[in-house]
Order: sequence, then structure tokens, then C-alpha cells
Amino acid sequence: MCTMIAHQVKVEGRGKSGPEWFEVREANVSYDHPYDLPLEHALNIDFVNEALGPGARVAVELSVEGARRLVKTIEAVLAQADQRGVLQDVPVVASPAPRPTTE
Amino acid sequence: MYQTDQYEGMIAETVSMRGHNGDTINAYVARPLGAGPFPGMVVIHHAPGWDEWYRECTRRFAHHGYVAISPNLYFRDGHGTPEDVGAKVRAAGGAPDARVLGDLDGANAWLRSQPYVSRKVGIFGTCSGGRQAFLAGCRLKGLDAVVDLWGGRVVQSKEELTPAQPVAPIDYTKDLSSPILGLFGNEDKSPTPEQVNQHEAELKKHGKPYEFHRYDGAGHGFFYYDRPAYRQEQAMDGWKKVWAFLERTLR
Repeated sequence: MCTMIAHQVKVEGRGKSGPEWFEVREANVSYDHPYDLPLEHALNIDFVNEALGPGARVAVELSVEGARRLVKTIEAVLAQADQRGVLQDVPVVASPAPRPTTE
Repeated sequence: MYQTDQYEGMIAETVSMRGHNGDTINAYVARPLGAGPFPGMVVIHHAPGWDEWYRECTRRFAHHGYVAISPNLYFRDGHGTPEDVGAKVRAAGGAPDARVLGDLDGANAWLRSQPYVSRKVGIFGTCSGGRQAFLAGCRLKGLDAVVDLWGGRVVQSKEELTPAQPVAPIDYTKDLSSPILGLFGNEDKSPTPEQVNQHEAELKKHGKPYEFHRYDGAGHGFFYYDRPAYRQEQAMDGWKKVWAFLERTLR
């Protein structure tokens, strides 16, 4: 974990961890040691809700190439939706109270 | 090496201890049965967390005749699985150096207050813990041996400094107060072989007693049997170097 290269971005969404969905408020993006992917460093994304504690986390660990493809794909999908006039860039409203998660 | 006909036993458990700012945190302790006195070891968990590898590592020190304490450096970051808590700290850019040093100082004090601990205490860490072990050897009093295993970011550029880690540990080398053992893989990217050379040159410059070993065919984390970085031959030789160094400095 010796790079300490990490950024946090605020996001609005939902994540599923085990059988339950929870409100996602932050995405933590790092290039550092992964937990499971058999590489020394990986592009890690943790979708979390800090208010719910460390257990509210959906984690992915990606190879560099996989991460780059993902970024391009997200941009491409959003662009396509925009071109077809179906993109609804509106904030999430009336969020339910966050449920406690098991840790 | 223990003999097949000798009695052996240990106690391993979580305890409470005073850490930075007098806060109560938890720690994992393993010690041989018996009155001792046994040398003490502060065992610093790596950045991924206070996990099973570190539980086993702590017990390994007890198996070799040390009272070992591994403080939970992420205690204040919440509780959950070691991975979830470790991921939270990773996102924050690591634990702050000042807090870590306070907790390590507290662990040393805990050891020194036990009747079964001798007057010698060493410190051991891997990955970020290697860096913190060196930092502790420079900044804290009362440590008799430092074991730094592939501690990355001992050498840091100005751009890498953060409010949580405001000074590159190498800049404290002149204050190192105990012998240091360093084990490194030549394929490591953090620290790179060049950074290890820089660290060694600084130790030499200040006349500090040190022992560095570099392994070909090994990268970062080559002791971790649960990761693809594991290198059996280099790891077993490395452990031998650790035991020999501690025998010399703490017994």
C-alpha cells in the first residue's frame, strides 16, 4: 500500500453489498495494493457511504487496461444516451433513510 | 530451533492499551507461557490492515520467544472486516504519522509495564509498517532494534508529502537510535532499489549500525504467502535474517 495515490469523489447512487442495497455517497478511487486481484498494484474503486461505516462498501479491483476500457465505455454510453436524447441529468431526490449494514 | 521434547505454550489475545493522545485502542498480543523475562516486539501491521497475516506474524514472534504486541493502528477509523477498514484508510491516504507514532510509543510502554518482558524491545513492520518502524526508530525513545521490511516511501519527493505524512522519514536518519535490519526485493517499485541505495547511503553518512539485504527475484511483499508476491526461498532466508538480528540485538 505504498503508493498512497487515492482520490475521493462524491456520487449519488445505490450499491449492493450482500443481499442488501444501500445508498452510495462516495467513490474512493486508488492505485495501490488490491486485496484480492493477484497484482502488486491495481486500480481500485470502493463505492461507499461513510456515514454507514466501513462495511458499507462495494469494491472492485481492476487491471490498468481494464480500468481504461471501463472509463472509455462509461463515457461512450453517456454520450450515446445524450445523442438519443434520453439522458436525464437530474439529482436523486427523496432518498430514503440509509439502512444500517451488517459488518 | 526448538526441540521436539520441549514444553511449549503461548497466550494470544486482544488487549486494550493507551495509544496516541492517551486514547484507548485495541491490540493483539502473543507471548510465550512462563515468567520470562522475554524481549518485547512491537509488530506494525501493513497498510492493507490489521489482518490475519499479522495475527499469525504476532504469534510467530511469540513462538520464537518474544512478547509481541500488534496495535490496531486503524482503531479510530471504525470497525468491520480488516479489508473494509483498510480500504477506508487507503482512501484517506494512510494513517497520519503523528498518530501512528503515538500508538507505537504506547505499545512500547505497554510491553515495558509487563513483568514478563525484559528491558529490550524491538520493532518490526512490513510495507507501510516498515516505513513506520524506521520512523519510530528515529522519533521514539526506548527501542533497541528496528526491522524494516520493504518499507516504501522512506524516501519521498516534496510532491509526495501530505499533511498526514509531512516529512520524509529519510530526513530523520541522523536521529536513529538503534541498529536497523532492512530486507528488500530488487523488483520492488516502492521502495525501488535506487531508493534503498539512497537510504543506505544516508545511514552510512550518519554512522548508523545497519544491515541491508537485497533479494533478486523478489518484489514487494515477498513474505506474504497469501499473495502472488510470495517468494519461498527469499522469504525463508529473510526470516532467518530477522531471527539472527533480533538474537544479537535483543537477547
